[in-house]
Amino acid sequence: MKHFDFDVVVIGAGHAGTEAAHASARMGARTALITLSQSDIGVMSCNPAIGGLGKGHLVREIDALDGVMGRVADLAGIQFRLLNRRKGPAVQGPRAQADRGIYRRKMLEITELQENLDLVFGEVVDIITEDHRASGVILADGSRVTAHSVILTSGTFLRGVVHIGDVSRPGGRMGDRPSVKLAERIQDMGLEIGRLKTGTPPRLDGRTIDWSNLERQEGDDEPTLFSFLSSKVTAPQVSCAITHTNEKTHDIIRKNLDQSAMYGGHIDGVGPRYCPSIEDKIVRFSEKTSHQIFLEPEGANDHTVYPNGISTSLPKDVQENYVRSIAGLERAEILQLGYAIEYDYVDPRSLNSQLMLRTMKNLYLAGQINGTTGYEEAAAQGMVAGLNAALSADGKRPIQFSRANSYIGVMIDDLTTRGVAEPYRMFTSRAEFRLSLRADNADQRLTGLGIELGCVGKTRKSVFSAKMDALKEATTALTNEVFTPKQLKDSGIAVNQDGNKRSGMAVLAFPEVSFSDIQVLIPELADVELNIQRQVERDALYANYIARQKNEIEALKKDENTTIPENFPYDRLDGLSNELKQKLVKLKPENLAQAGRVEGMTPAAMALLFAHLRRTKRVKSA
Amino acid sequence: MDTIFALASAPGKAGVSVIRISGRGSYDVAQSLVEKALPKRGMCLRTLRNSAGERLDEALVLTFQGPASFTGENVVELQVHGSVAVVSSVMSALAEQKDARMAEPGEFTRRALENGKMDLAQVEGLADLIDAETEAQRRQAQNILKGELGNLAERWRRDLIRAASLLEAVIDFADEDVPTDVTPEVNDLLDGVTTDLSRQISGVRIAERIRTGFEVAIIGRPNVGKSTLLNSLAGRDAAITSDFAGTTRDVIEVRMDLAGLPVTLLDTAGIRETVDAVENIGIALARKRAMAADLRVFLLENQDDSPEFEPKAQDIVVLSKGDLRPEGIVAVSGQSGKGIDQLVGRISERLLQTSASAGIATRERHRDAMQVAQQALFEAKTILSFGEDRYDIGAEEIRTAIRALESLVGRIDVENLLDEIFASFCLGK
Ligand SMILES: Cc1cc2nc3c(=O)[nH]c(=O)nc-3n(C[C@H](O)[C@H](O)[C@H](O)COP(=O)(O)OP(=O)(O)OC[C@H]3O[C@@H](n4cnc5c(N)ncnc54)[C@H](O)[C@@H]3O)c2cc1C
Repeated sequence: MKHFDFDVVVIGAGHAGTEAAHASARMGARTALITLSQSDIGVMSCNPAIGGLGKGHLVREIDALDGVMGRVADLAGIQFRLLNRRKGPAVQGPRAQADRGIYRRKMLEITELQENLDLVFGEVVDIITEDHRASGVILADGSRVTAHSVILTSGTFLRGVVHIGDVSRPGGRMGDRPSVKLAERIQDMGLEIGRLKTGTPPRLDGRTIDWSNLERQEGDDEPTLFSFLSSKVTAPQVSCAITHTNEKTHDIIRKNLDQSAMYGGHIDGVGPRYCPSIEDKIVRFSEKTSHQIFLEPEGANDHTVYPNGISTSLPKDVQENYVRSIAGLERAEILQLGYAIEYDYVDPRSLNSQLMLRTMKNLYLAGQINGTTGYEEAAAQGMVAGLNAALSADGKRPIQFSRANSYIGVMIDDLTTRGVAEPYRMFTSRAEFRLSLRADNADQRLTGLGIELGCVGKTRKSVFSAKMDALKEATTALTNEVFTPKQLKDSGIAVNQDGNKRSGMAVLAFPEVSFSDIQVLIPELADVELNIQRQVERDALYANYIARQKNEIEALKKDENTTIPENFPYDRLDGLSNELKQKLVKLKPENLAQAGRVEGMTPAAMALLFAHLRRTKRVKSA
Repeated sequence: MDTIFALASAPGKAGVSVIRISGRGSYDVAQSLVEKALPKRGMCLRTLRNSAGERLDEALVLTFQGPASFTGENVVELQVHGSVAVVSSVMSALAEQKDARMAEPGEFTRRALENGKMDLAQVEGLADLIDAETEAQRRQAQNILKGELGNLAERWRRDLIRAASLLEAVIDFADEDVPTDVTPEVNDLLDGVTTDLSRQISGVRIAERIRTGFEVAIIGRPNVGKSTLLNSLAGRDAAITSDFAGTTRDVIEVRMDLAGLPVTLLDTAGIRETVDAVENIGIALARKRAMAADLRVFLLENQDDSPEFEPKAQDIVVLSKGDLRPEGIVAVSGQSGKGIDQLVGRISERLLQTSASAGIATRERHRDAMQVAQQALFEAKTILSFGEDRYDIGAEEIRTAIRALESLVGRIDVENLLDEIFASFCLGK
């Protein structure tokens, strides 16, 4: 047996890297987290906010697997808002404005405390590979760190270029060097590399903003936290303000468009449509005379303000001019200019569902390097890579997340089978089983799995089983008790007097009925805790729809469980067109579900493929 | 596993058509078409009826208990008369069942494979057939999309994308510059599509005929000259004509083009009172087939004879043996060809009248899809009327409708919705 310095080494301590390192360490793998400097840990390069729609779901799922993002965000949260509060729970997304400083401090603390996890500071310049297998990294000072698995999470640092106006210089982020050597190494591996871009707004000095006439936005009275383990807010709470661009702002920008890095032809990378620069907004929606801007404090005791909505790559003087044309910002000082950044990403289709490169064993990629954007997307990938790297080091079977059990599964499947055309961000509309994949039931969906895998600590385990027991007890009582329409009517619940008996659960599915209405009917439910009551209500609300999707989910799971060996001899399959064979050889679907989504796949080809897999399996087990 | 069904024998003119139902619920689904209980395993004769109680056919019903069946699941096979009308009426009665849906090409094979009822060699043998079926369906869809339905489907696609993306925009970009109440626009869009769908669904039976052909029954007393007429219409000896009454005992079908329309002529047994038991069965069968046909031509010997049964509004009544009659009376003769052209003209005119009011969709599958979609959109509208707290469920119903209509409107996925969202709203903070 070969001796390694570590089981798992993680490159980069951004959101993907920290989550990966924690997951791996929780699994019991000896883990090293190597990053440029200590100050990298918990850095939010852009908007100091965590969560939102789809993103909040991801944070809850990370938390359900005992990850760190949710817990740290709860400690750093200075304003909590549950988005879509007035819509159904399936599409409610927790979001918090975070204090940048607290987030970094708490993330560092929790990382230093984590068992099995060593922090190393330095630049990784090379990855040790041998025979299409990674086995460690080389640092800038020449030292080598060997490991069974390597996880690369270098974010925007691969050949990053920062643009402000027509000035551009290499940089992984404002003030950071890019990783050039590492980028060359990645290129040498023969991977498909693409170029993307993103941008960020100028940061303002809050003391120079005139807040007096601006509309305020407060957090929720009753904050919704991320972690299933958190119980209260600890950081001081702040409010944000809202202002708007105006015709004058637009004029300034329009006049100077040719000076913008993005419009001056300095950038080739593709930017995200949902995160347009202010230049983009004004060009593409020229009929709009005003755009909304949220002024978000970056911390409770930090004067920096993040003006959400005016990301730009215009030169310094133009940034100053347009900012000062905005109500409340007439005298605002810019602390840091807005900029655009272009960077390399690796086509995620070169990864399998564990986020391991198909052509380089034991090398995992996670985060923005895979063409995604956002902290939550990065952290969720870190979780997947960290768990699998640790499992692999331990000689165990990998874990595959499914579109049917998590947003994590949706994202991994989208990335590895469809690739990206623009920076990939999570939306709830990407999840076809949205009604069952809710932020509120992330623990019900994933914590059990996490316990099986071994990534869930003692505290969460006991909190979880207590909750599950309570849920089960309440649900059983609700399912077992049935009522006649008359009984229901007598207790004030309006139902069709059709003679059909209904279970408590079915009655609870009526939108107007709440748990307390049923407690009257079933006395043994009197002591059910409030949070359990709410949870049962949510489960009941969607029960009919979830039952309806059951067939679809079952079929998907069956296909997902029919795995296709990596070197499956498609050429030996009679009856497949050559074109299809080539596609399958190239895309290497891991299972029948993925194969079915390959373009040009026919029902006959599916039947043949299935018959072949069946036979191979039988021959093997015989 | 849900319950699926499909025509297992080649569609068209076979004497017997087999409709196969497979899945956990196949007994229940089959049972809902017949009154008397079905045996768990075996064979029996049963009358099939639709939910309105209309008699569809007398069928031989075979039940197989899984795993001893073609797919390894519980299977019921309905052997019905091979007429297009009967098959499609049974298929639509099945499609009405909540727990059953039409099988996709290759789906029976897939289940048989999963349950170890088939091996690779057998699948290879079937692959061509499945491919042919897929291809036929694709071609069919293409044909349809070339026509008026194509334009409709394109509009449905546009409107459904718009409706879904409005909801998704409000859901996924809640804290941004999007309208808060999109219900009125979504409702308008859904109303438009559902109205179209209902029209298509009611028109679909006739449209189906345009593709598979119309059935025209020729009815008359024995020896009134039906078979001769048929032969001269078809231009070949299809029915045996003799001068003895009762020679055409069974229904004889001749497929032909009448003025450009695909038509199947049915020569029914001569309808008359008889004590011959066998002949009586033939007559009953003839009468039933004749009733189910799209059009009936009653052939009378004498001007004051009354038809064997009440003609429907558009049916045609003519005098036979026109060559034995004086000029000037509306009559035809198979023997001399007199009046034949005129009759052909009248038949095609009547058939075209029917088709003018027709929707343009052609397949049972499409009707099924449209029905599912219509139901889902109806639900969506009801749900949306409760306001934004149920947008998530409303969106789910719209998704169901979109999935059902996929074969008509093409695949719509999240990228299509995002395209629409980003084109319509200025999003992004
Ligand atoms: C300017 C900018 C604007 C953005 N705007 C948005 C936005 O509007 N919306 C949004 O959702 N997301 C935005 N993001 C994206 C979001 O910040 C990232 O998606 C997320 O932080 C990615 O996490 P990560 O872990 O993949 O990478 P990062 O957080 O970038 O972390 C990478 C880490 O790797 C380390 N590293 C790199 N190379 C090496 C090396 N060779 N050796 C050792 N360590 C190394 C770095 O020091 C860094 O700590 C923006 C990012 C930037 C830079």
